[in-house]
Amino acid sequence: MDLEYGQRYNDFRAQVRAFVEKHKASRPITSYDPKLREKVVKWLSLQIDAGYWARTIPKEYGGFGAEPDLLETVIMDEEFNRAGVTRGMMAQGPSMLVPTLLEHGTEEQKRQWIGPTMRGKVMWCQGYSEPGAGSDLASLQTAAHQDGDDFIINGQKIWTSSADKSDMMFALVRTEPDAAKHSGISYIILPMNTPGIEVQPLQTMSGDLGENSFNQVFFTDVRVPRTNVVGQRGNGWAIANTTLKHERNSLNANAEGTLFRLMKLMREETMNGVSAMASPVFRDRLMRLQARALSMKHHGMRMLTCSLKKESPGIAGLIVKVQNCQLNFDMSALAIDVMGELGVLYDHTKYERDRGYWQIHSIFSLGLIIGGGTAQIQKNIIAERGLGLPREPKPATT
Amino acid sequence: MDFGLSEDQRLLEQSVRSFLNQQVPIDRVRELREHECVIDRKIWRALAELGVTGILIAEEHGGSGLNLLDAALVSEAIGAASTPTPFLSSAIMTAVGLAEVGREQTHAWLKGIATGEIMFGTAITEAFSKREGAGVSSANGTLSGKSMMASDVCTADFILVVCDGDKLAVVRRDAPGISVTKLVTIDKTRCTTEVQFDNVTCEAVFDGCSQAIDRMLQAGRIALAADTLGCCETMVEMAVEYAKERKQFNRVIGSFQAVKHMCAEMIAEIEPARSLMWYAAHSFDAAPDEAPLMACHSLAHIAEIGRDIASIATQVHGGTGWTDEQNVHFWFKRIANARHLLGGPELLRNRAAEVQGLAEAS
Repeated sequence: MDLEYGQRYNDFRAQVRAFVEKHKASRPITSYDPKLREKVVKWLSLQIDAGYWARTIPKEYGGFGAEPDLLETVIMDEEFNRAGVTRGMMAQGPSMLVPTLLEHGTEEQKRQWIGPTMRGKVMWCQGYSEPGAGSDLASLQTAAHQDGDDFIINGQKIWTSSADKSDMMFALVRTEPDAAKHSGISYIILPMNTPGIEVQPLQTMSGDLGENSFNQVFFTDVRVPRTNVVGQRGNGWAIANTTLKHERNSLNANAEGTLFRLMKLMREETMNGVSAMASPVFRDRLMRLQARALSMKHHGMRMLTCSLKKESPGIAGLIVKVQNCQLNFDMSALAIDVMGELGVLYDHTKYERDRGYWQIHSIFSLGLIIGGGTAQIQKNIIAERGLGLPREPKPATT
Repeated sequence: MDFGLSEDQRLLEQSVRSFLNQQVPIDRVRELREHECVIDRKIWRALAELGVTGILIAEEHGGSGLNLLDAALVSEAIGAASTPTPFLSSAIMTAVGLAEVGREQTHAWLKGIATGEIMFGTAITEAFSKREGAGVSSANGTLSGKSMMASDVCTADFILVVCDGDKLAVVRRDAPGISVTKLVTIDKTRCTTEVQFDNVTCEAVFDGCSQAIDRMLQAGRIALAADTLGCCETMVEMAVEYAKERKQFNRVIGSFQAVKHMCAEMIAEIEPARSLMWYAAHSFDAAPDEAPLMACHSLAHIAEIGRDIASIATQVHGGTGWTDEQNVHFWFKRIANARHLLGGPELLRNRAAEVQGLAEAS
C-alpha cells in the first residue's frame, strides 16, 4: 500500500489546478447547443493546447501527443471535478467513437474525424439500440444492403442521445443478412443530414429535453458510401464491444461528491424545527450509505492500481457498474426522504431544494442502472464470466 | 500509487490459508466442537511456528512487527477456514492493547504470545456494552464484578480485562476468585463465557488507558471485519460450487438466472467490502486519524453484507444447506456471532457519526 502519487505528479496536479482556476470562467454551459458551438470549440482547443484534453491522441490526428499515463488522466479528472468543471466534453464522439477509430479506423478516417471531434467541431450520436434489440443488441435488424459503392440503409434506432443535435452518427447495421447473428453486423459512420434520416424526440421520464435528449431515428433508403465502414465489414460486433468497454469505463460515478452534497442537505433540512442530521433514523441511513461510498471510493483506487500494473482486476472489475449505479440511486432516495413531502417538487418550483438536483439525480441514476447494459445483464456477466456459471440453455426452436 | 497487496502480503495470506486447509479442515472443526472448549492449544502453537501469533508484536518483544493489514489478511484466512483460535483476542486485541500501554512489564506477555507459549482471553465487552449488571471495577490491585460474552477465556493462561471504564488489567486465568461459566452460543467455532471476579488479585492494572482501549477496539473491529469477509468468501465459493453441480429440471441450478443472480449479488458485495477492509487496516498504521471512522464503517458494513450472504449462500444449497451434515452452517453461525462481538452495526454507525461530529457523543 502506497497512496502517494509522488513529486512529479504533485507538480502536474498543481499545473492542472492553476489552469482550471484561470480559465474556468470561459467555459460554455453545454456542448451540444449549436448556438454555443464557437465557444465550445475555443474552450476545447484551449485545453488541447495545454495538454488537458486529447492528451494522448497523436499530434497528426489533432491531439496533444503525450505518452499515455493513467495517473495523469486521473489527476486531470480529479482537478476538473473538484472545480465543478467538465474536462473536455461529455459526448459520445470523444468517449466512444474516437477510441474506436484509433483502434480500428483507416489512416484517412483517423485524420478526417478525430481532430474535429475532439475540438467539438463535429458532434456525434450512437446508433446501436433498436426497439427489438436492447439487452440482446446483436439481434439488431436495421439493414444495409450493398448497391455499387454504397450501402442503402433501412430500419430504426432508439435511445439515441442527442441525435437531434448531432452532425454524425456511428451505427451498427446488418450488412450480411445470411450470416450468423453476431457476424453479420458492420460498424458504419454517416452524416445526420443524409436524405432519408428522420429524427423524432423521445421524451424521457425526467421530462428533460435538454442536454440528455433521447430520440428515435428512422432510416428510409439512406445512401452511405461503403468506405464509411469502420474496420472489417461484418466485424462490427467485435468493434462495438471495444466501444462498449469505453462506455462502461466512462460510467464512473463520483459517489463521494454526491455523499458530501447529501450531508450538507441533511444539516440544513429541518422538520418540526429539528435538523435531519439530528434524527437517529436518517443518520443511520446516512452512515450505511457512507460506508458503501467509502467502499466504492477505495475500490476505485484498487481498480486504478490494477490498470497501472496492467493486471486484470478479474471479477472485482465486473461488479463496479452495478454497484456504483445502485449506490447513486440510493443516495438520492435518502435525500428525497429527508425533504419529506417537499421531496417531489420539481422543475424549479417554489420551495424546491438544491435547484431540483435530487429528483433529477434519482431519475438519471435509474436510467444508468438500465443503460449501458442493464443491472440484470451485468449480473449475468458477473456470474458467467466471473464465477464460471453456465449460460442459460437456448430455448428449443419451434 | 499502489492500492493493493504486496508480494509478501500475498505469500503470507497463501501460507496461512494452505496451512489451515491442511491442518484444520472443517472436519477437524467438527471434532473440536465436541470438546469441552473448542480452542486447541496445538493449533495456537502451530500458528506461532508459522510466525503469525506475533505478527503485530514489535521485534523487541519477539514478534515480527508487521502492520494491521498483514494481520487482517491472517484474520481473513482464519474466517475463511472457520478456525477456532484466540487469534483475535491474543494476537490482535491483547497485542495492541498492551503495546499501547507500553510498560516494561508487558514484555513477557507479548513475548509469550509471539512464541505461542501464552494464550490470552479477553473480557472487554463492557467497554462498549453493559447488560445484566455487568462491569468490572478495580481496587488496590484487585478486580471485582463480572464481564459478559468474554472471548477465549476457558483455556487461556491470562485474561485481559477492561475495568473502571478506562483501565486495562491482566489477571491469571487460574487466579483465586475467578469463576468462568460457559455460555452456549450458536457458534461452535468460538469460545464464549461469562467471567466473575471476586477480589481477584491482578498481575497488573494500568490506569488512563482510554486511548489504548480505543486503539485495541479499532484493531479488533477491523480484524473481525476481515474474519467475516473470509467467512463470506468461503460461503460464496461453496454456493457457486454447489450451483455448478446440483441438477434440477435436467439442468445445473447455476444456469437458472434466479440462482445466478444470487451468486452475482453476493460477489458484488464482497469485492468492494474487501477494498474497504484493506483501507481500514491500512489507515490503522498509516492514517491513525481516520482509523476510528474506518474501523466502525468496515465492521458495520461487512456485518451487514455478511448477514445477507450467510442467508443467501445457505439458500443456494436448498434443503441440504439447512442440515448439520452440509458444512455451510459453521460459517453462517460464525458470521452471526461476529455481528455483535465488538459492537453491532447500529452501535458502530452511531459511533461513526459521533467521531465525525454528526451526533452528540453518548
